[in-house]
Amino acid sequence: MHWWLPLKGSTFAGEVDGLFLAITIITGIAFVVVEVGLIWFVVKYRQRPGRKAFYTHGNTRAEVIWTTIPAVTMVALGLISNHYWVKIKGRHSVPANAYPIAIHAKQFEWQVTYPGADGQLGTSDDFTVRNQLHVPVGRPVVVHLSAEDVIHSFFVPVFRVKQDAVPGMQINSWFQATVPGNYELACAELCGLGHYRMRAQVFVHTQEDYDAWLKQAAQEAAQ
Amino acid sequence: MTTVAATAHTAHAHHDDRSFIRKYIFSTDHKIIGIQFLFVSLFFLLIGGLLAMQMRWQLAYPGQPMPGGGILPETMAPGGVILPEYYIQLVTMHGTFMVFFAIMPLLVGVYANFLIPLKIGTHDMAFPRINMWSFWSFFVGGLVMLASLFVPDGAARAGWTMYAPLSARHDFSGASLGQELWSVSIIFVGLSSILGSLNYITTIINNRAPGMTWFRLPLSVWSLFITAILGLLALPVLSGAAIMLLFDQIIGTHFFDPAAGGQALLWQHLFWFFGHPEVYILILPAMGMVSDIIANGSRKPIFGYHSMVFAIVAIAFLGWIVWGHHMFMSGMNPTLGSSFMVSTLVIAVPSAVKVFNWMGTMWRGNIRFHVPMLHAVAFVAMFAIGGLSGIYMAATPVDMFIHDTYFIVAHLHYVLFGGSLFALFGAIVYWYPKMFGRMMSEPWGKVHFWLTFIFYNCTFFPMHILGMAGHMRRIYDPTQYTFLQPYQPMNVFISISAFLLFATQLIFFVNFWWSLRKGARAEQNPWHDNGLEWSLPSPAPHGNWEQVPTVYRGPYEFSSPQVAEDYLPQYKKLPTDREPARAPVAGH
Amino acid sequence: MTHAAATVDQMRPPYPAERGLDVYNTKLGMWVFLASEVMFFAALIGTYVILRFGATGEWAKPGIVLNIKITAFNTFLLICSSVSMVKAYAAIQDGDPKKMRFWLLMTILGGATFVGIQVFEYMHLVEHGFTPAGVREGSELAGLVANGTLPAATMGLYGSTFFTMTGFHGFHVTCGVISMAYLYVTKALPGKYSQQDYRGIETVGLYWHFVDLVWIILFTIVYLI
Repeated sequence: MHWWLPLKGSTFAGEVDGLFLAITIITGIAFVVVEVGLIWFVVKYRQRPGRKAFYTHGNTRAEVIWTTIPAVTMVALGLISNHYWVKIKGRHSVPANAYPIAIHAKQFEWQVTYPGADGQLGTSDDFTVRNQLHVPVGRPVVVHLSAEDVIHSFFVPVFRVKQDAVPGMQINSWFQATVPGNYELACAELCGLGHYRMRAQVFVHTQEDYDAWLKQAAQEAAQ
Repeated sequence: MTTVAATAHTAHAHHDDRSFIRKYIFSTDHKIIGIQFLFVSLFFLLIGGLLAMQMRWQLAYPGQPMPGGGILPETMAPGGVILPEYYIQLVTMHGTFMVFFAIMPLLVGVYANFLIPLKIGTHDMAFPRINMWSFWSFFVGGLVMLASLFVPDGAARAGWTMYAPLSARHDFSGASLGQELWSVSIIFVGLSSILGSLNYITTIINNRAPGMTWFRLPLSVWSLFITAILGLLALPVLSGAAIMLLFDQIIGTHFFDPAAGGQALLWQHLFWFFGHPEVYILILPAMGMVSDIIANGSRKPIFGYHSMVFAIVAIAFLGWIVWGHHMFMSGMNPTLGSSFMVSTLVIAVPSAVKVFNWMGTMWRGNIRFHVPMLHAVAFVAMFAIGGLSGIYMAATPVDMFIHDTYFIVAHLHYVLFGGSLFALFGAIVYWYPKMFGRMMSEPWGKVHFWLTFIFYNCTFFPMHILGMAGHMRRIYDPTQYTFLQPYQPMNVFISISAFLLFATQLIFFVNFWWSLRKGARAEQNPWHDNGLEWSLPSPAPHGNWEQVPTVYRGPYEFSSPQVAEDYLPQYKKLPTDREPARAPVAGH
Repeated sequence: MTHAAATVDQMRPPYPAERGLDVYNTKLGMWVFLASEVMFFAALIGTYVILRFGATGEWAKPGIVLNIKITAFNTFLLICSSVSMVKAYAAIQDGDPKKMRFWLLMTILGGATFVGIQVFEYMHLVEHGFTPAGVREGSELAGLVANGTLPAATMGLYGSTFFTMTGFHGFHVTCGVISMAYLYVTKALPGKYSQQDYRGIETVGLYWHFVDLVWIILFTIVYLI
């Protein structure tokens, strides 16, 4: 059981995690200031005989300081976050040579369509596998997400990627896997009674293993 | 037994010869209406808790028969084992009851009704009969929602957020009548809220006592005023959405059905355009009451009163332009994501300002730790955590990972339980004497507070860790996923803490009910507070004052150098005070 | 809970009070309520705009399904009823309750006729096959869809949005008519309105003008465009 985030399995996992850490530091400082401050005040200023409270209505300089510092911090955080947001989800974020895979979400399974030997979706050598996402390591992959019935959400924790699959919409979501291994895909939007078991396996292969698997799976699908 | 009405020491505005029904059932007295909301909402809070207990059982021990589960029907839990279709009803109904039938009515239905006329110095609301309809509309809505649990196909089950098209089509959700009753119930809730807001806004604008200028209003009143405006403008959008959903469900319209040209995202935009102001409705009154209590407990004026008012207004204003942060992953245009991120980060600032001002109020105070003060300080501590966790969600790349995980569940419970509910516990104890003429037990109040504080943190803090692991929300059986199996002990820990947390609330409930008859009789101003309500006997009589008081100063003149006591009520005239511009007319 | 001394001016803010708005409670309450109604209709109308202009297919051309002529007359009728409402208000301001009663009655009749014509129109539409769920199979309108005069893809949305928006508007008009009739019988007829106190007339008038304004918007964007 980790106490922190899962394995970094994609190129932007590092960036997401870095941002998470930065926020943890910022909020951590605020947390310490507030909580330690509260505890200190509670102890130091507790009622004791003969004490009187200090009669004041406030301090404008304090207000300016504690408005400005959070505001500046939030603006900075926003600028940094937006940089990564555009990179990961922006309309032009999908790398040009990304390998296409179509994922059609339906109650309660993931239909994954591979482009076959020609590497193009929408051709006759495409084939579909249920609940298994195989990807090659070190190459950008773009998932063409669609949904059959209700809203589902494509979520692979180790890739840090999440994208809702919405009926009536075609949405592209890209990632680049970095660590070969077996992982899991979960549905992250309540989609009905089988939501909890809408799980798929994710296999990140080396390029050779992927090519081998692709050939074999295509043959199996053809039968 | 009389609670409010002819037990007061002073003569009354008029002879109170109302029948029992008119006095306590179909009452137009704002105080009785507030108490009605209190009793009914506490009941729904209990229901919401019971639903959560069942969820936590299933999460800790998936597939195991639940103790007492035998009383549930076979369609929900055969042999006491919760079914997936029942689990998602529990999830949906827990959220629905807690938001619409517990927290919102406790904060607004109870305290807007009870406090506003008392704290601004008038006899009742501007429209007492409309006020009564506001309660009964809420009550009917509650009955309908409760009934939906018992209909043949079961209750609604698309989450309290009711995303379409899952919620719109019976063939997708498996629920039919229950889903429709949810929409019907929400329409009644919306009506209740709008009727209430009508009263709160009009009364505060036009019926303040002489000398009660805008910047002498207590922050509880400011926050209730701003909340009323939010409710007035947001609930109609929810009502509209609920009506459209109901029409999709029963008369075959296609608003949210993509298969027939509708748009799934339309529901989300409508819902969250309401939903985000709604969460500020759920926190602002709590913040306002906490301000009153912290000033009282610290024996100091609120630090930065004007900043606090501006912060409330800023939060309310900004609250209209952040709704898309619930939809970052929804498939909406990513550029919209950027703009909503900016507005969401900005809204963190006024909340931070408020936290610092509460701390500033306690700084160099002379702090009394009565039970309400314990809760108010805990509010600040817990709300700070909830607010800080929100920053992770505002940063869209991070939200990509934590959206729809337990990190969100942790955040919302820190602000709603650690925030709103702690504030409510404090408020209930604080204004209990004015409501019922008695005090709740202080020792049991302290026991309840500490146990709640401990078990609450044990329940909800670990959820941050689960969320960081990627643990999804609304999942019937986490052990289906290999990556979640190592976290099962944490789920067990959370559930056990939750069971203990729930059990602890029995202390509060017993204290509340027992003290109604057996609590120490309350004096007029037991907390030595400055608000106008403390000029009345405990409990406050029908009609409040024979002649409304005059206001000479702001609400937080604690430890003022002008007097020897460490409090100086708003209504107390000192030799140096002048009458305000318009003097009271005799007979009013 | 008012302790109305004989000289209390009901049309001015209640005494004793700190300076609020120079508007009596009932009128302020109506303005506040109308703000919520704006949001309600905004949700419905906003939905229509999003669904219509976000639809991938074409929308039905104006005038084919809906009868613009009759509805134009109905619109005119509603506007006239707003005028008669103003006349009722002006009459009581001038201290002429008899004239006020006449014009109030005209407003009620105008509103009731509007609703009646709308109901008739609805029945007509349903008979020809236009329902909230879209075009009914085998109906006259279904024929128009089949021959391409009406676009198949968006008729469902057309029905959904049309009936919801105009239906709720009609509901609001009906509530207005009932309220005015109630005030007519319980207040206007027994002479409870006077130059010194005509709050009910002014307040219900505000509501009526709002309902009229919403209709003008709906007529334009649903029938004409």
